[in-house]
Amino acid sequence: MQITGAQMVVEVLIAEGVDTVFGYPGGAIMNVYDEIYKQDGFQHILTRHEQAAVHAAEGYAKASGRVGVAMITSGPGFTNAVTGIADAYMDSVPMVVVSGQVPMSLIGTDGFQEIDAIGISRPCTKHNYLVTDAKDLPRVLKEAFHIASTGRPGPVHVDIPKDVTAQIEEYNYDFEVALETYKPHTKGNPRQVKKVMDAIAKAKRPLFYLGGGVINANAAEEVRALVHKTKIPVVETLMARGTLSYDDKLLISMLGMHGSYAANMAMSETDLVIGLGVRFDDRVTGKLSEFAKNADVIHVDIDPASISKLVNTDYPIVGDVKTVVASMLEHTEHIDPDNYENWRETISNFDELHPLAFHEDSDRLKPQWVIQRVGELLGDSANITTDVGQHQMWAAQFYPFTRPRQWMTSGGLGTMGFGFPAAIGVKVATPEKTSINFTGDGSILMNVQELMTAVEKKIPVINIILNNNFLGMVRQWQTLFYEKRHSETDLSVQPDFVKLSEAFGGIGYRVKTKEEFDAALKDAVEKNVVAFIEVIVERFENVMPMVPSGGSLFNMMLLEKKETK
Amino acid sequence: MTANSDNSERRVISVIVVNEASVLSRITNLFSGRGYNIISLTVAPIPDSKYSRLTIVTAGSVRVIEQITKQLHKLIPVLRVYEHCDMVEKEMALVKFPITENITDIDTLCQAYNGKLVNVGENVVIAMVTDEPHRVDNFLATIKRYNPKEIVRSGAVALER
Repeated sequence: MQITGAQMVVEVLIAEGVDTVFGYPGGAIMNVYDEIYKQDGFQHILTRHEQAAVHAAEGYAKASGRVGVAMITSGPGFTNAVTGIADAYMDSVPMVVVSGQVPMSLIGTDGFQEIDAIGISRPCTKHNYLVTDAKDLPRVLKEAFHIASTGRPGPVHVDIPKDVTAQIEEYNYDFEVALETYKPHTKGNPRQVKKVMDAIAKAKRPLFYLGGGVINANAAEEVRALVHKTKIPVVETLMARGTLSYDDKLLISMLGMHGSYAANMAMSETDLVIGLGVRFDDRVTGKLSEFAKNADVIHVDIDPASISKLVNTDYPIVGDVKTVVASMLEHTEHIDPDNYENWRETISNFDELHPLAFHEDSDRLKPQWVIQRVGELLGDSANITTDVGQHQMWAAQFYPFTRPRQWMTSGGLGTMGFGFPAAIGVKVATPEKTSINFTGDGSILMNVQELMTAVEKKIPVINIILNNNFLGMVRQWQTLFYEKRHSETDLSVQPDFVKLSEAFGGIGYRVKTKEEFDAALKDAVEKNVVAFIEVIVERFENVMPMVPSGGSLFNMMLLEKKETK
Repeated sequence: MTANSDNSERRVISVIVVNEASVLSRITNLFSGRGYNIISLTVAPIPDSKYSRLTIVTAGSVRVIEQITKQLHKLIPVLRVYEHCDMVEKEMALVKFPITENITDIDTLCQAYNGKLVNVGENVVIAMVTDEPHRVDNFLATIKRYNPKEIVRSGAVALER
């Protein structure tokens, strides 16, 4: 059939099974929005800022495992979206971003709202396209969805000039993607898998090191089976939280800069690192030359460029974690779980020595208590997003995660302002779960306008603002490493968060005691509307343990020992 | 366990890419964005195909070269990446001399480096040589005494043996 480029965009989104588009209209993308108005194949959620549209699409993608879709206009619409696109790139989130562009005749003339969008998005997308002819649109969009969701997932950006969306061409979507130059390798080398299993059988102190790739590959079930069969202890990265349930005896905890003592010591003492879907990020490894110094390294990853990038790999396997772990499960016959008994005991001694804990030694609530309490009250029934900073680390340390895709956070880019819009996307993808966003008094203001989106579309996100009147993580570094010169981190001047939420039509609570918190959370869950729960917490609490930047994992600053919890 | 040897080595990398808009900037962006070094770069379409061939001369440790190769391969329009030590490598240089210099000497030198005089004008002559890059270096050092006015080098092209 003969249709316009704009109609093609809508047809493709429907054909790809997209049920939700997050976006913000503007001049160059108006033809597409006109078609969105006329259709009922998917819902469009109008965010109040383009960055939020992309974060919402990320939240949707992370919670559902499907491709998130964001739509924006040219120029400032696009540049506003860049932070979100970069965030998705760093955390390998499958996403298609469609942007409008000035008409072909104006490209290169510094036209109104013109910017070289694909020039800007090139280093922060998996791939991008400028579509110069509507004839190419079906192919380009099909490739975009294919590239975004296969191999190592990532954002794909499609920039479409306004006249191309008006151009009428023959539309046909019944064809296969034919990308000669893009064929991700998913099946691990079988001989290498056997070698890896032999190495595990011979190891005395092996350690699973799980990363976000396990979640992306939907491999948690296989990984849990392998862990339980071999009884090898596990550390998780920030992005892998929820792969194992919090109460699994073999899960030590998160490792890295704010990992637990036991997790970091296990990584320092292991003789065989079994890395699955990881990338040896500097926040995980600390000083590279001291990282797992006496260990051989197994590394399974879909991205060949991740292997031996930072740490030499003795047993590389390029492949999809799910497929590779499934074949690892077929070769466990030489592995005797009893061999690792001493090792498991060593680790539990580490944990007894310095467990993840905090002291209730303040008149104010402790932020860690709040997170634990939400875990006790909501547990598995909630999906958790965070912003970036101290609250994020506490949430990763203290929330009792029970399943993959329960936890959505900005890991690689560390984007303040991620949490609220992401939580909106998460709620849209998983309406049956309570959507909780742990945030700080700094982060929440970076996308606070999304109150309007959540109110308008009745998306009941509960934002728990851990308010310490500080840009807490930077304050912590200033306290520890800059002789307490708290440069520009004191956020004593603040809005009234309760009134702020109410001004948009949400509800708000300010709580100072445990009883008040319990009551507020219960009320917010029952009312099922967008809420701010502002919790006044201890101002000078530090995230512990802490590996100082560039230090060795085993050299941690630890929580001071006290009698109380 | 970690290796960050700083033994920088000169390497020639050939990249076969789909001949489409902005593919060259994808390659050069990758180098600048990740802090890799380009010593020279040549690019031209491969006859009777939809592909182009880039020849990139770069330098780095073994680890860096491995990363460059892998990162190049990750780019969607890249079909193949060759990183061989055993390549036939050639480079061209054009040099402009004042006509008042000793043309016979220059011509003889050119011939020693697979070259000749390719243009004679009223005031200048232009010489061309084609040889291995280090031999071109030698040639350019040698002809300094003939007061070259302008020098253009092509960058290396290479084929694996």
